[in-house]
Amino acid sequence: MSLRLTDISYTYAADTDYAEAALRGVSLDVAPGELVLVLGATGSGKSTLLRIAAGLMEPRSGSATIDDDPLDRASARGAVGLVFQDAESQLFADTLIDDVAFGPKNLGMDAVSAQAAASEALEAVGLAPAVFGTRSPFSLSGGEARRAAIAGVLAMRPRYLLADEPTAGLDAGGRRLLKSLILHTRERAGVVVVSHTAEEFLGEADRVLVLSAGTTHWYGQASDVVADPDVLVGAGLVAPDVLEVQRLARQAGLSIDGFVLDPDRAGRRLAEAGGWL
Amino acid sequence: MAALREVSLALEPGEIVAVLGANGSGKSTLVRMTNGLLGADSGSITVDGIDTRDQARTRDVRELVGVVFQHPDDQIVATSVEDDIAFGPENLGLPRDEIRRRVDQAIESVGLGGLERREPHLLSGGQKQRLAIAGALAMRPRYVVMDEPTSMLDPEGRSEVLALIGSLRAAGHGVLLVTHDLAEAALADHALVLSKGETVFEGRVEELFGATHDLPAWGLELPPIAVIARTLADSGVPLNLTDLRPAALAEALCR
Repeated sequence: MSLRLTDISYTYAADTDYAEAALRGVSLDVAPGELVLVLGATGSGKSTLLRIAAGLMEPRSGSATIDDDPLDRASARGAVGLVFQDAESQLFADTLIDDVAFGPKNLGMDAVSAQAAASEALEAVGLAPAVFGTRSPFSLSGGEARRAAIAGVLAMRPRYLLADEPTAGLDAGGRRLLKSLILHTRERAGVVVVSHTAEEFLGEADRVLVLSAGTTHWYGQASDVVADPDVLVGAGLVAPDVLEVQRLARQAGLSIDGFVLDPDRAGRRLAEAGGWL
Repeated sequence: MAALREVSLALEPGEIVAVLGANGSGKSTLVRMTNGLLGADSGSITVDGIDTRDQARTRDVRELVGVVFQHPDDQIVATSVEDDIAFGPENLGLPRDEIRRRVDQAIESVGLGGLERREPHLLSGGQKQRLAIAGALAMRPRYVVMDEPTSMLDPEGRSEVLALIGSLRAAGHGVLLVTHDLAEAALADHALVLSKGETVFEGRVEELFGATHDLPAWGLELPPIAVIARTLADSGVPLNLTDLRPAALAEALCR
């Protein structure tokens, strides 16, 4: 089982004078239980890739499959959940439970099962249905609203979850909750997180796809990015601060044997390499 | 539900005061009080001596205090950059040449020259937020209040806006910068930390960076780079604790 994009290309306004290739020959695959991090600067093709992976747009060339079936709107329906950036702005119903039950109902689930699916999803995102179910979505804090929006997607029990900048704009506590929610979802779904920064998910990701100007700048194991953050710098991205300080210290001549993401360990290793310990 | 309890704050022209706090700490309530959108139940809020409760002076307060919010898209009203900036001054009923002058100056201040006719939705996130700031500047405020102005931006947009905040101070504006990012607070002169509506820290930014052990108790997180800085400082590396740029740490290490 996997969601697989192979050598896909996409051109906006093809066949016109304004044709602009957004993606050229990009491949990506994710299986349930995996987390793939897609990184790229603004305009690198991240959003186009996400729309194709969600079955909302078809690639002009290359192939897109979901569990070996062709990927399109119909096959993606209910199977691929897409969490947009700023997802909380799409909350709309009078009560949270109705908002979250909207997706499953729309997929044809009867009212009772949809309510049950919604309750389960609210529980999963840490918004106890007994407390939050009857509240207005508009009474929630920023972090709560973001998780409520994700509950609306999880209630459809997708096999794949695609999330665009899921932690943007949240404070430390909100980011931590969101991160554990994403990791928890990975236990039963394949997860793709799209971001312009490796700061948040690099340590947890299985693979990393780095996009640059619509092409694959780099695709491989997340641990290889930690070992060689230069692949990020080459794509116009910044390495996570913790890696960047190690990278710069090594560039300046300090002998550092392999980089680590844990800041406590990184600090001790740097102090040691500089002869301060 | 008490959102704020006995909080005091002073902001002078030419300085940046950072207000830090987790979600729900009362930061946004405080922002809405600075220009009279919200009144306090007790205590007083004055802007250059004007009590914000004085409804006859509401317009003066709104002119003195510009507010910029988190989501740039929420603050853009017109279909071109210059029309958007002109919106506020037009509402003041100013003469056309004065509006033109203010728009040109605001565009210059935020570095959007050449993009006057651009449709706002075609701008990058950082450009949109600078447009929102230009809209506030066109009202010629003495104080600019910003509610997490960089939290929705990519790294490039973020550094554009932070650089602009520094230049607003240099131009003599008082800036209230609301953030949950410690690294961003380094830009400020003074800092205030709110936790559950109460002031838990008030002082110079240098003192805040020396008190990083207390951050978790305040609901704030020590950024990973600050963890490294603390380890290095504890090991004797001579560091400027308020400069959390990786390059600054690497340089101090190799000195």
